This record gives sequence, structure tokens and C-alpha cells, in this order.
Amino acid sequence: MIWSKYSAPQAFYPLAGRLIPWFAAVAIILMVVGLYMGFFVAPTDFQQGESYRIIFVHVPAAWMSMFLYVVMAIWAGVGMGLNARLSFMMAQAIAPTGAMFTFLALLTGAMWGKPTWGAWWVWDARLTSELILLFQYAGVMLLRTSIDDLRRADRSSAVFALVGVVNVPIIYYSVQWWNTLHQGASVSMATGSKMAATMLMAMLIMTIAFWMYSIAVILARVRCVMVERESLPTWDDKPAVIHEAVEAR
Amino acid sequence: MKPRHKRFAFIGLGLVVLGIATVLVLNAFQSNLVFFFTPTQVVSGEAPKGRSFRIGGMVEDGSLVREKDGLTVHFIVTDTAKRLPVTYKGILPDLFKEGKGAVAQGQLGNDGTFVASEVLAKHDENYMPPEAAEAMAKAKASGAQQSKSLVVPQGTKDSL
Repeated sequence: MIWSKYSAPQAFYPLAGRLIPWFAAVAIILMVVGLYMGFFVAPTDFQQGESYRIIFVHVPAAWMSMFLYVVMAIWAGVGMGLNARLSFMMAQAIAPTGAMFTFLALLTGAMWGKPTWGAWWVWDARLTSELILLFQYAGVMLLRTSIDDLRRADRSSAVFALVGVVNVPIIYYSVQWWNTLHQGASVSMATGSKMAATMLMAMLIMTIAFWMYSIAVILARVRCVMVERESLPTWDDKPAVIHEAVEAR
Repeated sequence: MKPRHKRFAFIGLGLVVLGIATVLVLNAFQSNLVFFFTPTQVVSGEAPKGRSFRIGGMVEDGSLVREKDGLTVHFIVTDTAKRLPVTYKGILPDLFKEGKGAVAQGQLGNDGTFVASEVLAKHDENYMPPEAAEAMAKAKASGAQQSKSLVVPQGTKDSL
């Protein structure tokens, strides 16, 4: 098995097509299980009552927003280093999903903040840095579309993405470094979990579900990006057809 | 060194330089990034004078006093080292409780009382069912070791 052959868009296109249904199916199953556990199995919190249940969406979404940014920056860096087309396409495909999760984290956070803290929004370090992350995603996407030359667009948005990666550790550690209204991490590698077991389980299932969802959506989007960039005349899954189309140009 | 190795080295070096620059900038702006001041900082005069700022800490047990009008409240915010009396007129958030964290925005009066214009409840990172919380409180009251299987004991910083 030679994996490197899949670095060519012509080979990756059909592979991605075959993988999408599997990831999508697992994502749907896990989301149903995770939400059921979150809403019906997990116990009520001793302080917040039912409003805490937003964490089953909020925390996985916030994790994904940071994680996807790092993955996008890595693809951008690989693209810069190797001049690989597929890497830039992956970076381009990740940005909207990352932005969606960032927005979701901010929205659910605001919905939780009102009943719990007494405010929809406060300018503390955690919330502000997460908002900046949303602007970074928007910047990466805008920069790409604002430059007509594809190579220059790829490279400038890759630089933007790489520079912005410094914000990710700031978001993650903001609650430790500074006094913030946002509480510290309930789940961390260093100190373990500060949640009841069923709550934690539901949250982890939702996290994996969001991972699977992200992979499925990003693969689907990268296929669109390929078709768009290579100006393929067909949506056919057969690699031979794509070959012909590329050669014919 | 091949050209692509050079490019990767350049990207790596760029990220390292950027990281160092960020650390320096964040250090320089340390005081601006703090959401609230602790009572100790206020007492030692680190908090800004003559303008609005936020204080944060734990609401001292048994310090919450409600006036007859039902809206004005007095309580003491503590970080276990220093205490700061707070006056607030308005509706407190649901999670505002004695022994729990709170953040208040307002100004320091001449008599050393903090006059708050907004009070927020600060939630901690512990999530558990009410039965578990009850069991923990009981265990604590009887002086027994709290159950480690339920939750990890809170650190000193977390209790804020």
C-alpha cells in the first residue's frame, strides 16, 4: 500500500468519496447516542440544574474549533513546504467547518452564560480569544477569496493561518494564566476529570461524533474544491475520467 | 539541504519567533488581560483608583445581608487572605451563593466598601449530581475523607 499516491487529487477524489458515507454514518449514530445520554441519562447538576446540559454541545464544539484550526495550520504549513496542491485544498476545506464550530461554541456559551453568570457576554480572556479565533477563520477564508491568482491566494491564506496558530494555546490556557469569569477546564490531561462519570461519557461521545462529522464534511468539501479548481467537466467517481479531463486541458 | 527542507525550517523558525514575541507581548499586557482583581490586590492598592473595575473571589459564608427593600444586598468577598465588603442594588444571578465564587463590577468607595453596579456568578469546573454533592458535604462535615471516586478534590485556585 503506497499512501503517497493519495497526495494526488486525482487519486484522493474517489477515496474521499468512498470514505464519506462511513464517517457520516458513525457521526449520526454517535450524535444520537451522545445527545440521548446527555439529555436523558446524565444526572442533573447539583448547582446549575438542567442548564448545564449545554456542555454536551458547547465543550466538544470549543475543542473542535481549536483542534481544526491547528489541523488547518498544519495543512497550510505542509502546503507551503512541499508546494502540494492537495494540502492547500485541505486547508481551504477545513476553514468553514472550523468557523462553524467556533460560532457554535460562542453561541452555546452565551446561552449558558445568561442563566449561570447573569450575562450573555463578558470580555474576559477566554471569551475574547475564542471570538478572535472566529475572526481568524473569517480572515483565512476572506483572504483566499479576495485574491484571484490561486497560488498567491493559497500562500497568503496559509501564512495567515500559520501566524494565527499562536492564539490556540492562548485560548486553551487563558483560564489558567489570567483571572477569568470562565471556569477552568473540567477535563484535562494533567488533573483528570472533575465531572460525574456519565456526564463525562456523554461529552466524550459527542466529541467523537463531532470529529466524525468534521471528517465527513471536510472530505465532501475538499471534493467540491477539487472539482472547482481543476474545472472538471464531470462529477464521475472514476479516477480515469478525472485523468482524461486533466490531460485534456 | 533541499529547498523544501529550507522552506520547512523557515516556517518552523518563523513560528518560534512568533511564539516568543507573543509571550513577551502577553507578559507586557498582563495587567490588562486580568478580568478581575482579588481582594488582596485591592487592599495592596494594585486596583485602579477613581474608575470602575471588577473584583472577584468567594462570597463569605454568612455574610450575605438583604435590606428591607429586597433589592439592596451587602456581602463580603474574600480570597481567604483578605476580605472586602460589597454593596449592590439589583437582581443577583441564580447561582450567586454564599461560599461560591462571584465577580462584581463597580467602584471602591471612600469608606473601603466596594459599590457594585453588576454582579456575576462565577461557576467552578465541578459537575456532579445533587446526591453526590450531598454525600460530599456530609463526608466533609463529619471530617471524613471525601470520596475520591466521585470528584477530584478542588485545588486552592479552583475554590475562587
